[in-house]
Amino acid sequence: MGQYVLRRLLIAVPSLLGISLVLYTVLALAPGDPFGELSTNPNVPPEVAAALRASFGLDDPIYLRYLHWLVAMAHGDWGFSFVSRMNVDSLILQRLPTTLYVIGSAQLLALSVAIPVGVYAATKPYSIFDQIANTLAFIGFSLPTFFTGLLFILVFSVKLDWLPFVYTTDVKGTGIHWALEQLRQAIMPVMVLGLFQAASMTRFVRSAMLDVIRLDYVTTARAKGLGQTRVIVKHVMRNAMIPVVTLIALQMPAVFGGAIVTEQIFRIPGIGSLLISSILSNDTPVVMAVTFVFACLVVFFNLIADVLYGWLDPRISLR
Amino acid sequence: MLDNELRTMIDEVKDGRMDRRGFIQRMIALGLTAPMATQILAIGGVAMAQTSTAYPPTKRGGGGPLKLLWWQGPTLLNPHFATGTKDQDASRIFYEPLASWDVEGHLNPILAAEIPSIQNGGLAADAKSVTWKLKPGVKWHDGKPFTADDVVFNWEYATDKATAAVSTGSYGDATVEKIDDLTVRILFKTPTPFWANAFVGGYGCIIPKHLFADYKGAKSREAPNNLKPVGTGPYKFVEFKPGDLIRGEINPDYHMANRPYFDTIELKGGGDAVSAARAIIQTGEYDYAWNMQVEDEVLLRLEKGGKGKTIYAVGGDIEFIAVNFTDPNTEVDGERSSMKTKHPILSDPKVRKALSLLVDRDAVQKVIYGRAGRTTANYLNGPAPFVSKNTSWEFSVEKAGKLLDEAGWKPGADGIREKDGKKLKLLYQTSTNGPRQKTQAIVKQACQKAGIDVELKSVVASVFFSSDVANTDTYSKFYADIEMFQIPMTQPDPALQMRRYHSRYVATKENKWQGQNFPRWVNKDYDAAVDAAENEIDPVKRAALYIKCNDLMWQDTVMIPVMHRIKVGASSNSMRPVMSGWANDLDNLQDWYREATG
Repeated sequence: MGQYVLRRLLIAVPSLLGISLVLYTVLALAPGDPFGELSTNPNVPPEVAAALRASFGLDDPIYLRYLHWLVAMAHGDWGFSFVSRMNVDSLILQRLPTTLYVIGSAQLLALSVAIPVGVYAATKPYSIFDQIANTLAFIGFSLPTFFTGLLFILVFSVKLDWLPFVYTTDVKGTGIHWALEQLRQAIMPVMVLGLFQAASMTRFVRSAMLDVIRLDYVTTARAKGLGQTRVIVKHVMRNAMIPVVTLIALQMPAVFGGAIVTEQIFRIPGIGSLLISSILSNDTPVVMAVTFVFACLVVFFNLIADVLYGWLDPRISLR
Repeated sequence: MLDNELRTMIDEVKDGRMDRRGFIQRMIALGLTAPMATQILAIGGVAMAQTSTAYPPTKRGGGGPLKLLWWQGPTLLNPHFATGTKDQDASRIFYEPLASWDVEGHLNPILAAEIPSIQNGGLAADAKSVTWKLKPGVKWHDGKPFTADDVVFNWEYATDKATAAVSTGSYGDATVEKIDDLTVRILFKTPTPFWANAFVGGYGCIIPKHLFADYKGAKSREAPNNLKPVGTGPYKFVEFKPGDLIRGEINPDYHMANRPYFDTIELKGGGDAVSAARAIIQTGEYDYAWNMQVEDEVLLRLEKGGKGKTIYAVGGDIEFIAVNFTDPNTEVDGERSSMKTKHPILSDPKVRKALSLLVDRDAVQKVIYGRAGRTTANYLNGPAPFVSKNTSWEFSVEKAGKLLDEAGWKPGADGIREKDGKKLKLLYQTSTNGPRQKTQAIVKQACQKAGIDVELKSVVASVFFSSDVANTDTYSKFYADIEMFQIPMTQPDPALQMRRYHSRYVATKENKWQGQNFPRWVNKDYDAAVDAAENEIDPVKRAALYIKCNDLMWQDTVMIPVMHRIKVGASSNSMRPVMSGWANDLDNLQDWYREATG
């Protein structure tokens, strides 16, 4: 096992290098720079923007820029953002808690809806409950988050005036009041994201359950006279959850990566909104750092998923 | 206006036979209104009145929180690095300039004790120097005194090339010297009629020498105070999260009486303009939002029975279509749109005139800009003394058709005009932005009726306005036949605005397309007028020269003005923000307050 993990980690190094090279090249080839707003300002002579470009090394050849970046990254220097002239790592760390809180809660919500509903629907396939759950799931994952987000804002903020739709990291008050306010402002984004996730996950759990529930050993368990709950929880769910666990592990990077659309709609200062605003302003060091971290997380959680798989299902041996 | 008559009037004001108000009213009657009238008086030797805007609050603080919503989050807090208005606004909460432009475009002293004039000895008669007297007793947020050394340091800091400051342009080739602790003098190499550029407005904000002296030049990025501003402003720094949030609290030692009104300030960034409008006007979650680039129809709908309203400020921002005078499709010495070529279609003035007849400015205003735009025939739309009254515009497909007929472009079988077997086909580019794409559609439709085939192209803003030399889609390379965007007017003076179309500044490969004359228009009379205006001290003659520049551009159809754009903000009903078309939204933040009865 230890050897397997080590080997996987070693393989990850060249693939991450390859990813970084591709990312950097694509970003460097994209036209544009962060100084667009300067160019039409009559107060700023065009030489200023050109001098800025030069001082940020944007006029150097791509391979040189990539090597500089790689060497710096190897030393733990993530570079600095062109638009805020601030270190990229502190920029990302500043936004991580919010993303973890909102996206993490959304994932938890999704799980706590999807697993019970999926399991129950699978035990009574084609019953009324299953039909309703299925229909709702279909609707849920057919509606994009930007649509449900706006719909929620119109209903709960504009019409009913119950919830705020501008997320703020600066919540007034202390203690219980602070916690309530944090909860209140996160309700809408968490609902939007969580229900969307829950919809597709419900379908996944249900079909995983159905695959297992028909197997002979389940019939055997029933024949032994075990109760329905015991059969479902102990015998069916344990085996059906193996693919579900993999799915969850693979979704973990998204928790760190944030949700671009939802964060933009609710003004959540998370990693997703950092990424999109950096892309729009051609802030290469930030885009590079965020995407690269994301790539690392994907590789890492893939490994975790594989290891978990072996642990949950001893039939699969890791060599 | 007759020169003599004006001089007599200025003398009357000087001698006290006419009051300033009367003078300005006479000027308004003659078409020369507020902003320049005051400068005329200043140069004519009359001290400027300290503008006193109505400010009812009688004590400092007590106004509760002020919540601002900017749909682009500010990313830095050093005014010398502020690439965009959002960053200038953010810096302005904590830092202050010597003076700012008020609602009418007058100078309003902030850190200055008074506005320089000939009478108070601040302005030299030859317009080659300005002496600013600083307000005594002003303290930085950390308690250190604000002095002339700080002002001089800012000039050194910004003009040091290695600092990579964006504010360097506002100093030009001026030098700044300290006279005593509370006096600085700016010396210009040539007579400079518009002297209020350095240390005024957004790029004029002053940072403290004692905290930044060690971080001048190449080390400028390492200054810890880049992210923790210590200024002289009405609010003290509390917290900053780039792109997301800025918080400040009241400065109890602020140097203006009874100001500021609010106890805390919060500027939240991000999102989009429509939902920002919603948060102010519909739900009232926030007090004020800037730059409402939202269709008027949407704003009107939100305002119905809402908790807020939109407010407007007239400046000189102009949205226009520029005509390419060179050929974008022929490459000469590795350069398209080269000065060695002539545009095969648009070099004919009749075709350009026809194009201008095909821009339905009324429709563009009605359908897109609404209250946020005014139709105009002029490129230069303010301040009032510089606005030409000799120009006009109209929309007529018929007349355009006639002009094209005269120019030899006859309708072909497919309805598209042709001449010598060549189709009348134009490429029309702009940046990606809702209102711009709609304007493109309106123009295209009219052109089609007149038999011109227009191909539309839109380029992402960060690419279109980039200074990347390798990029072929920039507005300055202009590899298209016509292009549309906006040039903002950041101060109530046309010098910078008009200078760019001097033939000396044509954008070419040689100057890496840094030349600002992107239409590549060359006109000897225009060059002469700009050159003369830049050194003309007499305000009336100077205004006449810039009007001539504008008229020359109009006669030659270099620019087809689409809309004189007006600044739009959204404010809650009880807020009383001070917004000027000549300044950034927060440039007069110290005067903001809330009306007690909402």
